[in-house]
Amino acid sequence: MTNRFLARLGRIYLGLILFFLYAPILAMAAMSFNASEFYQLPFRFSTEWYERLWRNDEILTAAWRSVWIAVVVTVLATAAGTAASIALFRYDIPGKRILQVLLFPPIAIPWLITGTAMLIFFFGIGVGRGTPSVIVGHVALALPYVIVVVTARLSTFDRTLEEAARSLGAGPFTVTMRVTVPWILPGIVAGALFAFAVSFDQFVVSYFLSEPGDTTLPVLIYTAIRKGFTPEINAISTIIIGLSMAIMLVAARYAKFGGER
Amino acid sequence: MSGSLARTDRLRALALLSPAYLWLMAAVFLPLSAMAFFSFLSDVPFGGRDWQFTLDNYRAFLETPTYATLLWKSVKLGLIVTALSVLIGFPCAYVLAKVVRGRSREALFLLVILPFWSNSLVRIFSWAIVLRGNGILGSTVDAILPWDVRLNLMFSPTAIVIGLVHSYLPYVILTSYLALQAIDDSLIEAARSLGARRRTILRRLILPLAAPGIIAGAVLIFVPVVGSFMEPRILGGRRGTYYGTVIEDQFVAVFNWPLGAALSFILLAVVLGILALASPAIRRATL
Repeated sequence: MTNRFLARLGRIYLGLILFFLYAPILAMAAMSFNASEFYQLPFRFSTEWYERLWRNDEILTAAWRSVWIAVVVTVLATAAGTAASIALFRYDIPGKRILQVLLFPPIAIPWLITGTAMLIFFFGIGVGRGTPSVIVGHVALALPYVIVVVTARLSTFDRTLEEAARSLGAGPFTVTMRVTVPWILPGIVAGALFAFAVSFDQFVVSYFLSEPGDTTLPVLIYTAIRKGFTPEINAISTIIIGLSMAIMLVAARYAKFGGER
Repeated sequence: MSGSLARTDRLRALALLSPAYLWLMAAVFLPLSAMAFFSFLSDVPFGGRDWQFTLDNYRAFLETPTYATLLWKSVKLGLIVTALSVLIGFPCAYVLAKVVRGRSREALFLLVILPFWSNSLVRIFSWAIVLRGNGILGSTVDAILPWDVRLNLMFSPTAIVIGLVHSYLPYVILTSYLALQAIDDSLIEAARSLGARRRTILRRLILPLAAPGIIAGAVLIFVPVVGSFMEPRILGGRRGTYYGTVIEDQFVAVFNWPLGAALSFILLAVVLGILALASPAIRRATL
């Protein structure tokens, strides 16, 4: 076996993996343009399901709610997460390692456990289910991602720039806003896009925290799937997956996850 | 003088850190404590119900064999999905890190991990479309093969495993890729020039050095799969009863929150226990 043969085999394998990852998504998208209500082949092109979607108030309301919740979550998580990252980077805080370890539970504990625990707690303190609870939960899930991404960008920041600005008479606030933040801006943008994606795609926590009849889009889709599926679900799913992939493509341009800069 | 400066610095650090950490405290750590408290109650402590402290919820787990059986079923599902994802994902990460070169590598890497950042519910739904009877997979197989197979994988454990592997495969590819990328190519060259065969290089050099990435990916897959409930519900139908779906039922259908809290805590204990068992391996691998 020559090296070139093995390399070709490797590329074929990679192609198969990509097929496995994308084929079902593409099939689902194709079915949203198929006329048959029962997903029957042969394929006949139709935009009927998208037209129906446009007239479906329940789905449109849930979609709009998902979007504005994600925007609010993005603003809150990005602001709090960026502030925490700057503090962790700039100051020699006692117990820094513990603070870093505390970021893992929201990512590492199964969302089923976090979501049900939040439900119990919010009911216990009298807040109950509803959009405010959903936002509080989403921000907590998004925060660790923002902090990790912004911290990664901060590690490329030259500390002496802050010292130079300070020695020229700039106060700590001016240093942060005029020197540090502009440098880490790509990290902040990437962190914000991650936060948006975490909230917009979040199903489990929204499922336990949202009021029935007053839900986010993924929760509505889950309920609809369990009643039986229609190509309308394909249509809205296609829009969602297209939107979140587009967001992540933009985020990747800023964050370069895994890539060397 | 320097003492007071350190004091203002400490105040600034506190002001910058507190929004994020108070939020995590209120939305994650206090709820987990509340759940621990609830798991020892006989009924919910609001709505004017009578309640007292009890161990009944944990006793129910021990006395009803169904719970233990389902927990084992979920752990087994986690092990199968993790093993399959590592076996499929590691070679893929290897090709990306060591075979593909230049600009196409960046693009291919992005393509592989892009689905990971899209809606998991929607991806599970896409498998329901592909796997259902008379679905796309069934029709394709019928069209290719001359005999009638009537392939219907929907509502089977196989469907659940396929959907979960599809959901979590990008994790292990990502972590293995990062570990493999850190291996210096000249090490592999040196081993080759000293006469090591491909299999020896893989076993003695690449696998040990990539182990931290593989283990990290495996843990990131195993933990959420043990607690999965949406995937078994959609792809498993009536056969999709797992430990996670039982917990879901306690909160959204049966409304026995204290029992649900206890079952959740047992799951958390199992997950942490398995992580602790794996931690010597993780530590050895990362040193």
